[in-house]
Amino acid sequence: MAVTLTESAAKHVRRSLDKRGHGAGLRLGVRTSGCSGMAYVLEYADQAAPEDSVFESHGIKVLIDKKSLVYLDGTVLDYTREGLNEGFKFQNPNQKDTCGCGESFSV
Amino acid sequence: MALLQISEPGQSPDPHTRKFVAGIDLGTTNSLIATVREREVVVLPDGAGDVLLPSVVRFEANGRVTVGRAAQQAEIEDPLNTIASVKRLMGRGRTDVGDCPYRLAGGAEGMVRIETAAGAKTPVEVSAQILAALKARLEETLGGPLSAAVITVPAYFDEAQRQATKDAARLAGIEVLRLLNEPTAAAVAYGLDRNPEGLYCVYDLGGGTFDVSLLRLSEGVFEVLATGGDAALGGDDMDAAIVTLWTARGAQARTPEESRRLLRAARAARERLSLETEVAVDVAPIYTGALSRTDLEAAIDPLIDRTLVACGRVLKDAGVRIADIGEIVLVGGATRTPRVRERVGGLFRKTPLHDIDPDRVVAVGAARQADLLAGNAGAADMLLLDVIPLSLGIEIMGGLTEKIIPRNSPIPASRAQDFTTYKDGQGALAIHVVQGERDLVAECRSLARFELRGIPPMVAGAARIRVTFQVDADGLLNVSAQETKAGVESHVTVRPSFGLSDAEIERMLRDSMASAEADAAARTLREQQVEADRMIEAVGAALAADEDLLAPGERDTIAARIAALKEARGGEDPQRIREQIAALDRASAPFAARRMDVGLERAMKGRSVTEFR
Repeated sequence: MAVTLTESAAKHVRRSLDKRGHGAGLRLGVRTSGCSGMAYVLEYADQAAPEDSVFESHGIKVLIDKKSLVYLDGTVLDYTREGLNEGFKFQNPNQKDTCGCGESFSV
Repeated sequence: MALLQISEPGQSPDPHTRKFVAGIDLGTTNSLIATVREREVVVLPDGAGDVLLPSVVRFEANGRVTVGRAAQQAEIEDPLNTIASVKRLMGRGRTDVGDCPYRLAGGAEGMVRIETAAGAKTPVEVSAQILAALKARLEETLGGPLSAAVITVPAYFDEAQRQATKDAARLAGIEVLRLLNEPTAAAVAYGLDRNPEGLYCVYDLGGGTFDVSLLRLSEGVFEVLATGGDAALGGDDMDAAIVTLWTARGAQARTPEESRRLLRAARAARERLSLETEVAVDVAPIYTGALSRTDLEAAIDPLIDRTLVACGRVLKDAGVRIADIGEIVLVGGATRTPRVRERVGGLFRKTPLHDIDPDRVVAVGAARQADLLAGNAGAADMLLLDVIPLSLGIEIMGGLTEKIIPRNSPIPASRAQDFTTYKDGQGALAIHVVQGERDLVAECRSLARFELRGIPPMVAGAARIRVTFQVDADGLLNVSAQETKAGVESHVTVRPSFGLSDAEIERMLRDSMASAEADAAARTLREQQVEADRMIEAVGAALAADEDLLAPGERDTIAARIAALKEARGGEDPQRIREQIAALDRASAPFAARRMDVGLERAMKGRSVTEFR
């Protein structure tokens, strides 16, 4: 089981963490919410919880709780630019449908 | 697929609720939009990388509307349908506007209307086009809707001009979090609002206007002490001064196009001289030569002199000495010229703040303010800028108002006060939220009513009900009541200024001043009446509960005193009621003491003494 970051995602996370000044790494997860059932969690992590799985990708520590990992296994987190917008994108092989805007999804 | 940003721990937004707030600098020459992204203010550029949107709108006969640089390029070929500097017309009537390069429609009454190929347009509609273009830029950049914005206005804007700005925002589909004074926004951008207090001067030299504002910060509130300036003085005048110099050296512009080329060259030379000491100028065949920093300074010094005189006047008006000024903030592209910084610094004997791009500083401050108002930043950073126009309170026994948040308190504000029950075993409390300065509820404005139920049975006065008033940054009032022992809670949300026009607020304030004495007398009477009722109720309850503790004849004495108090309570003399309350209190004191002893005895029966240690 693993989750990875693309190089550009890792670079952006590193920069954001430096700017923030503290933080153990990046927390990824899923929550039940939204019109297709689930939503992604993308947060700074200040400390690891006992139920966390910890991965390291391009030098960034990625923390995922066990429940979320079931839905996220194999995911690649990318950082892209679309027109004027830029941000993170979950490339998740478990994901079946997303709602129109892609903010929530189902597996 | 929406693109995501990293959130703080536990603060991932729910899907479909991501809302963006922005700061908008709606300028005379250029407009900008900025937002806070991952804790940093970003001024958003368009697709070509430009952050400045020229405040120019072109209306064509086919209904096409262009905004910004494209419209600006059409200014020469289509001058009557291409509207620039519309900000100068905002909130103005036909009679307020003198010379204007456009065809103005309408009579003397009402708002100015500009005749265009697409029909008559009000300045509000023109400004709305600029705002809509900025909104579209943000939505395209962030991939989500703009929910609300802070829009900046000059400090000297009057109510009509401010209202026109708000109307333009509404027309563009933007909710206005707040209109913020431009100099205040600049001060906020530099974080001056984090200082405890101070006097600040904001020197704003734009393309065509010069404004100087003196701000006083106290307890987190910025107050504009004085403003001054010159509505026809700016960077454009500096360029003209350079062209005058070149003309004296032999340059000759024969056509308007050549004049424009000279002006553009002058501007480019002026900008390059910010970094270099001498630049070559080649506007062949009109003019070829060199411009040194010394030449530039000689040309623009008379203009800078005029700004400094205006600064001096503002200080004098406000009765402030130069030594009292904490910081000087530079705003406007023309302040990039080192000579301006140097001379302003010379006048104030202090280096002006200039680290933030002077074209962007107002938008940056507005974005920071919008972020705070939207509640995205920590509470510790909360900025206080608005005040509550009329006191907020609740009705207490006797139809009296108890003020909880006084008038002129800066918002957001939060105050709590404890109340109690009035009758034994009282299970509910009706809370009536009112706004106004008068002591009697009937004279104030009723905002909301709600009830707190489920108060456990207790003797009168034993319950502790904490009523909390909270006014958030949008002026939204939340009132909650909680009984602290049982923990029951109830609350209501109201918008206090809803439906209160400025005229109403003024009238309510005037009334309260004029009737202060009558109010005070009415209040005293009501208070005594309430106290009398409470006393009669309490003694009556005690008589019913512990009849066996009465001494012979005591019942009649107390009953007579109750009757006398009831009679006094029906009258209008607070002093008499007070005396009768005291008399009943004396008459029933021995009985009350006996009840207390018995109560204690009951409570202690069957327990060892050590339990009470």
